[in-house]
Order: sequence, then structure tokens, then C-alpha cells
Amino acid sequence: MTVGGTLRLKWVSKSVIIILMVFFAVYFLVPLYVMVVNSVKPLSEIRQGNMLSLPNVFSLDYWKKAWATAQIGVQATGLRPYFINSIKMVVPSVLISTALGALAGFVLAQWHFRHSRLIFGVILFGAFIPFQIVLIPMARVLGILGISGKVLGLILVHTVYGMAFTTLFFRNTYASMPNELVQSAQVDGAHFMKIFTHIILPNSAAVAMVTIIWQTTNIWNDFLFGASFGSATSQPMQVALNNLVSSSTGVKEYNVHFAGALMAAIPTLFIYIVSGRYFVRGLMSGSVKG
Amino acid sequence: MVMKFRLSRDDLTARFVLLPTVLVSMVFVYAFILFTIYLSFTNSKILPVFDWVGIRNYVTLFHLDNWYIALTNMVIFFVLYIGISAVLGLFLAVLIDLNRFGERFFRPIFLYPMAISFIVTGTAWKWFLDPGIGLEHIMHLWGFANFQFTWIKSSEFAIYTVVIAAVWQVTGFVMVIFLAGLRGIDHGFIESAVVDGAGIFQLYTRVVIPQLAGSFLSVFVILGHMAIKSYDLVIALTGGGPGRATELPSTFMYSYTFTRNQMGVGAASAVFMLAAIAVIIVPYLRSQVKEG
Repeated sequence: MTVGGTLRLKWVSKSVIIILMVFFAVYFLVPLYVMVVNSVKPLSEIRQGNMLSLPNVFSLDYWKKAWATAQIGVQATGLRPYFINSIKMVVPSVLISTALGALAGFVLAQWHFRHSRLIFGVILFGAFIPFQIVLIPMARVLGILGISGKVLGLILVHTVYGMAFTTLFFRNTYASMPNELVQSAQVDGAHFMKIFTHIILPNSAAVAMVTIIWQTTNIWNDFLFGASFGSATSQPMQVALNNLVSSSTGVKEYNVHFAGALMAAIPTLFIYIVSGRYFVRGLMSGSVKG
Repeated sequence: MVMKFRLSRDDLTARFVLLPTVLVSMVFVYAFILFTIYLSFTNSKILPVFDWVGIRNYVTLFHLDNWYIALTNMVIFFVLYIGISAVLGLFLAVLIDLNRFGERFFRPIFLYPMAISFIVTGTAWKWFLDPGIGLEHIMHLWGFANFQFTWIKSSEFAIYTVVIAAVWQVTGFVMVIFLAGLRGIDHGFIESAVVDGAGIFQLYTRVVIPQLAGSFLSVFVILGHMAIKSYDLVIALTGGGPGRATELPSTFMYSYTFTRNQMGVGAASAVFMLAAIAVIIVPYLRSQVKEG
């Protein structure tokens, strides 16, 4: 039973609700619409014409330019190499942090020992710190390890600062599983790894999806770490996009900027569209209930 | 239920498996925090050095105009970002809850901005709010010749454009939190209020919203800590400008540490950010972890 049903709203109220929702839908969609239509328009049309109107002259040249030839920093490489950097950075850090989170979450949820809640809280705090507080020592550690300015360095950074969240997701999911599963398996003589791989993992598909989507979105969208620890050869997509857009030299090519912005947005938007349900669950478990 | 396992091979394995996560947290979170706190009491400039200068960096910090601007902006941003998106998010959650197309059709549209990065959001709004080609220009073309919207170029109002873009991005998330809260309310209360003759407005103000205290708290804590951490959006939207008009503590920290070679002062500003976030997040985490 919904509130709407209980209230028995009249058609006038129902229409008002629909109109309001359509209004807000337009508000949320306008920036996306602006990016899309202006990424396929010549510059003259953007300057003289209306940003909200469809293109008179349609062209994909600006997408090609943003991808392959636009000036990023000192080099005219387009965004392509940085898009590839982002993939090289995201895939390993998502997989490693998810795997470690699953193991840690399992131990914290199902293996009772003293202070397990305290340990969980201590780990969880790491998810909320302002990363400015770790930038200076991190720069030093990456330098000492010799992976400063390399994709490997960014993988390390994203893995370690993603682990608090992955542990949170798995720990909370496993805490809601009945403890008897593990206990009876122990009685049957199954050992830790066997319990984990045979009992826990087969029941982890949903939480693994949630975690992977959360991590992929966060790491793909990160800017601060990429800007701090990336170099011309290892910078991720968001940093390159910002370089493209905020570059002060030459003519501002809005159409190329919009095309580049859409390229940076497409991977996470795609994930959102095909698995929005898991995205929402990640948002919820990332915010409420520890 | 407390179980006394004997310290079997499995218990050792469990501790061993947890160890990497604990170690990572100890080193990369806590030791790093201590290191930065220590640096904030040293005379570090370009590189970390370890000569103790007491609270001098904090004194310097709170005498800097740039820090004063950053703090003022943070307060403005914090209040408006949380306030506006809480009101809008709650309103949208109620709308969606009242309509049967809401959940399936409108929720995804309201929430998608959360999937894209702050840099993309900043880029879209930067050009959309640009007086030369964006909103102002559009209104002129539509015949409103006197329409003016130059906030993004104004040192007085640019911080409000950061609020506009940030609210646009986060409102869907707030809506989802409230929607979960609305779904958690016992429907019996709603039915009896309706039987007692409550109209839609009274139903929400007297019965429903008072029961959403938990959701309000979540929104405050989550958005509060996001507001203090905000960095990318300002960089993409205004670059901290015009001039220094939209600096936040996060951008202040970055420029003092890495471009102005005043690492001690930068570290002090980072410690301030951590303290501000800890005030909000630690009590919340404590209550959540205890309950859980």
C-alpha cells in the first residue's frame, strides 16, 4: 500500500505531481543535453546560436579531436592515452581492494574475537578522512618505492584507500548471514579457506557487484589522487579532461570540451544505466548503517 | 551470542587474513595522519623537515586572508549545500513516493548525476553558466534583453555557482536516502492519520517528516563530510577564482603545500580539515558500529 493510494489523491493532485516531476527531470537532464548537443556543433554555432538548440550542422569532428588530437598539457595526443591510463588504474585497484575487502569483511563479521567491532570502526574511519591529510606522506612513500608518477603508484593509492569501503560492504552483508552456516561447516571439519570459498563466496554475487560498481565509479571519477600523483604519462582521464578544459591558451573549443567531458562520463554512466539497482545499494550501504 | 573458540588453526588463519587490512589502515591512514600532524608543527617548506616550530604554522594560518576566504566559503557552501539539497531531496522523495511511475521512471533521471565525476559536472556547469555562451546568452536570445547572470565571473557570487552545481549533483542521492526513510515508516500511522482526516500537507508535516529524523541525520553527516572534502568541483568550475574568491580549505591546502612551498602551513590546514570532519563523522561511526 502506498501513501498515494491511502490518500486517494484526486486527478488534479496526481497531475500536479507528474508535472512537477517532469519539471525536475528537465532540470536534471539539461546539463547532459547541453553537453551532447554542443559536442556535435561547430564553434560558431555555439557562440552565436543558442546552447539549447539542436545543431544545424552536425559533425563528429570534435569527438575525434577530443579523442585523438586535442592539446592536453604540452602534447597534442587527445584524451585517448589518458582514457587507457584510467582503465589500467581502475581494473587492478578495483579487483585487489574488492578481494581484500571480502576476506576482511568475512573475518570481521563471522569470526568472533575481542574488539572486532572496534577494529571495524578503526578501519572504517579511513573511508571518511579528507585525503589532504595523507597527500604529503603518500607523495614521500611513492617516491621511496620508486612508483611516483606511475600508474602502479595510483593503483596502490586507490587500493589502500578503497579498502575501508570494500570492507564495510562485505562486513555488513556477511554480518546478516546466519552464523550457523559457518559453525556447522566447522563441525563438519571444514577449514577457514574452504568455508570462505565454498560457503561464503557462492553467496556473495550481489555484494560483489555492489562493491565493484562502487569502487569502479569512485576510482574512475577520482581527481585529487590523479592530479597529485599522476605524471604526464600516467595521468587518469579526469585530470586530462581538466587540463583540456582549463587550458588558458588558444581559442576555447567548447565543443571539444563537451565531447571530452562525455568521454569521461560514458563509462560510469553506462554502468549506472545497466546496473542502477546495485549502484543505489552501494550508495545506501556506503552512507547508512555500519 | 559469544562463542569461545579454542585458538585453532582457523583462528590463526582468520587473524592472518585480517592482518593486511589492519596494517594498511595503520600505516596509510593513522601513521600518515600522525606524520601530517607532526609536519604541521615544523618549518617544512618544499620538502618535509623536522625542526619543531610549535604552533607557528597555525598562527600564520589564521592570520592569512586566503585562509579566511577559504573558511568563509566553506561555511557558506556547507550550509547552502546541505540545506538546499535536503529540502529538494526530501521534496523529490515525497513526489516519487506518491506516484507509481516515480520509482521506475523518474528516480534514475534524478540520480544519474551521482554517477558522473565532479570534473564533468564542473565542465558542464562552467560553460552553461558562462555569460557569453550559456544561460545569460540563451535568455537574451529568447528576448529577455535585460537578463543578467554573471555570478560565475563575480568574486562576490561565484561561490554560489559552486553551490548550484553541487546541489544539482547530490540531490538525487539525498532523495534516495529519504526514500528509504519513507519506506521504513509504519504504514499504520499514515492510515490512521488519513482516517482522522489529515490532508496531504498535514500528513507530511505532522506525521511523516517527524519520523525521518534518522534520514536527516544521515544526510547531514554524509553531505557534511562531502562539503568539507569538496575539491574537484571547485577546480573544474572556477579554479578557485575569480582571483581567490572560491578557494576552499581543500584548494588552499593544495596550493600552499605543492605550489607555494609552505608545506607546514599546508599541513596545518589539512589537520584543520581532518578535525572538522572528525567532529561530524566520529560520533556517527561510533553509534553505527555499536548498533550494527
